[in-house]
Amino acid sequence: MKNRHVVNLLRALLLVSVFLVWDSLVRFGWASKFFFGEPLLVLRQVVKWFTTGEIYPHLLTTLLETILAFSGGALFGLGIGLWLALNPTAAKLFDPYVKALSSMPRVILAPIFALWFGLGIWSKVALGITLVFFVVFFNVYQGVKEVSPVVLANARMLGANSRQLLRTVYLPSATSWVFSSLHTSVGMAFVGVVVGEYLGSARGVGYLILQAEGVFDINAVFAGILVLTVFALILDALVSLLEKSVYGWRASTAAVTTTEAT
Amino acid sequence: MRNESAAVAVELQRINCTFASSDRKADPYPAVSELSLRVADGEFVSVVGPTGCGKSTLLNVTAGLLRPTSGTVRIFGQPLVGLNARAGYLFQADSLMPWRNAAGNVAVGLQYRGVARREAEARANDWLVRVGLAGRGHAYPHQLSGGMKKRVALAQTLILDPEIILMDEPFSALDVQTRLLMENELLDIWAANKKSVLFITHDLEEAISLSDRVVVLSAGPGTRCIGDFVIDIPRPRDVSEIRHELRFVELYKDIWHAMKAEVLKGYAQTKVRA
Ligand SMILES: Nc1ncnc2c1ncn2[C@@H]1O[C@H](COP(=O)(O)OP(=O)(O)O)[C@@H](O)[C@H]1O
Ligand SMILES: [Mg+2]
Repeated sequence: MKNRHVVNLLRALLLVSVFLVWDSLVRFGWASKFFFGEPLLVLRQVVKWFTTGEIYPHLLTTLLETILAFSGGALFGLGIGLWLALNPTAAKLFDPYVKALSSMPRVILAPIFALWFGLGIWSKVALGITLVFFVVFFNVYQGVKEVSPVVLANARMLGANSRQLLRTVYLPSATSWVFSSLHTSVGMAFVGVVVGEYLGSARGVGYLILQAEGVFDINAVFAGILVLTVFALILDALVSLLEKSVYGWRASTAAVTTTEAT
Repeated sequence: MRNESAAVAVELQRINCTFASSDRKADPYPAVSELSLRVADGEFVSVVGPTGCGKSTLLNVTAGLLRPTSGTVRIFGQPLVGLNARAGYLFQADSLMPWRNAAGNVAVGLQYRGVARREAEARANDWLVRVGLAGRGHAYPHQLSGGMKKRVALAQTLILDPEIILMDEPFSALDVQTRLLMENELLDIWAANKKSVLFITHDLEEAISLSDRVVVLSAGPGTRCIGDFVIDIPRPRDVSEIRHELRFVELYKDIWHAMKAEVLKGYAQTKVRA
């Protein structure tokens, strides 16, 4: 117990000293204010954003895009992952293309999505989806492949037809794998969305950074980065909370029972 | 008396099972050859044989999970096509769905048959009581001990009221006390509605205590039946007491005599292969 307090204290000290070092580097002219900004001004910018309420629509946009990107990517990943995992012929056919697409640096699709879907939220959601998709897809694929042959044979002996096998065996197993990669895929959705905003948008925290950069306001750039980092941490904590609230096998049962209840 | 073919629950005729080798140069492995076996309606038959001789293979053939290379399988006189819908299978390895709790696992077969979830789970809970797991319906498999998981699996199979029960070394991983308890429970359940049982074990004592008949298999490759013993010990039996009875000891000696050479052969082979 005491030990944990000490660790937390040391961590806080570490953070404070980083800011102090940063501040003194800039203050005494060892580093240029123009490129490195000033920590106090950065903090002031953050406070201003929140007190004026200027940042909330941007935060909300980023959050909405992240949620949409994650749900879309998860849905596509689940559907296509199940389909390919259960159709060996299709899997063989698509294998080289799946590999090519997954190794391609997909962020590069951002300009294309901007052309297709405009500068609104949908181009960002699309980029997030392409990033989330592969994480979920590979996990679903693995989840189906990892189903114990005995569990499968048992379900068949108990009388399951192929639709029932899908619903009661493959889907739960796949969902549990998706759940185990939740941190990664939510993180991916966030990355895709922010990169999309940064490359061209009218709203969102990425847009704030883009704008600040346009007028060489380095302090606002750092402030935006700070806000994004805290945002990401909160998102990650929420995922952990969700995982904990889900009770049962590999933290997967809630997802499973909800699919079964429908 | 019913006509003869209808009174035979399981009939395996001259079954051959050859497995392709994993590395191409080696010859295919003939696990089972020309094996014939019968289980009469309502009969409890145990199959004993050394490890790796093809007992599970035989059960998979009877369940319709594995097609024999040649030979015929008849279930109540009908040639078996596809899965054996009249049989329940208790697997040797863990077979419960880890993402369903005990009641959900027991109920799943009924749900496959279109029974509504509520009713299926109510009946599942009745069965959990019967196998001594009252109140444990909400536990997930990873929260249950090995013996409890086996009980859940037993309830999962029996709730569907199959005419034939196939059991693959169901109690081999349990400690001796749990095992004796479960053997007695199994006999009670069996006595209540006289299903046909094909019971696989490598434990001769277990085979004799439970069965009407014990079939001994040779060591592989090319496993055959090398002995068929009628167990004429009266029922009802108490599995934990029966081992000291004179007739039990006699039968044990006879069957062990038939098995001994094969067990040693099987052991020598596993040593060579390892
Ligand atoms: N799918 C398979 N592919 C190749 N060999 C197999 C396969 N299944 C079983 N065998 C072989 O057949 C023999 C019998 O296996 P099994 O029926 O599991 O034995 P038992 O249940 O009596 O221990 C073993 O030598 C095993 O290696
Ligand atoms: Mg076996």
